[in-house]
Amino acid sequence: MSLSGYDIVFYAASAFALLTTAIAITRANPLYGLLNFVLSLLGMAVVFYTLGAPFAAALEVIVYAGAIMVLFLFVVMMLRLDRTAIARESGWLTSSIWIIPILSGAALAGELLYGLLGSTGPAGAHHIVSPQAVGLKLFTTDLAAVELASMLLLAGLIGAYHLGRPARARD
Amino acid sequence: MVSLSWHAPATLAAMLFIIGLIGLLARRSLIFVLMSIEIMLNAAGLLFITAGMRWGNPQGQIMFIFVINLAGAELALGLILLLRLRNRLTTLDGDAANRLRDVQA
Repeated sequence: MSLSGYDIVFYAASAFALLTTAIAITRANPLYGLLNFVLSLLGMAVVFYTLGAPFAAALEVIVYAGAIMVLFLFVVMMLRLDRTAIARESGWLTSSIWIIPILSGAALAGELLYGLLGSTGPAGAHHIVSPQAVGLKLFTTDLAAVELASMLLLAGLIGAYHLGRPARARD
Repeated sequence: MVSLSWHAPATLAAMLFIIGLIGLLARRSLIFVLMSIEIMLNAAGLLFITAGMRWGNPQGQIMFIFVINLAGAELALGLILLLRLRNRLTTLDGDAANRLRDVQA
């Protein structure tokens, strides 16, 4: 099997995303963890592009890395974390807390990989799905799901507004 | 366009999901708990994209858009709860949130 240029890009971006995600969940400082997760999302955008989903790749950069994670970063900066908080955080990160999660994660990984790699379904052709096809399907046949998504966002907005008001105004 | 089968991106999605799960189980800080949930949602989105590539169907990317939508709504509520918890407790320890009754109002 010969590797095309896209395959090499796919493997490189996959390794980058896995590495930065693993770094992200092991940091004591939340800011470093979040910045590593943003890097992982950029690697995932490259993976999406090589899989023939350019619209999803653009959304991953603009919405996920650009808007959602920047909101996350701003809130973490508003939490007034100091040196003692980070020291307490690294005090929790002993090697013993990783044992049981890694064992249970390895069990789940074994099951998932057995199911995925053991399936003998046809490898199939690859298709590039254009943004035009996505938009056409989204705003004609899937319009009800768009309405449901907008109601979900409205519920999130109202909930965040209510919980964010000062305590006196809430009573 | 990759010439790989769908197994490679599906395996990547499974591994990312498991890294997120390990983070969710191991970390006590609520910031990292929220971040691990985001990692797991993103891995689920990658699996939808993979299926969309395999069948040439735009539904995969449409579901990915809805996953992003869900992640945004979930994160907004999670972060505002985190801010309120930080004002009530002095730490962001998820275990301390189990004992809110002991905290002086």
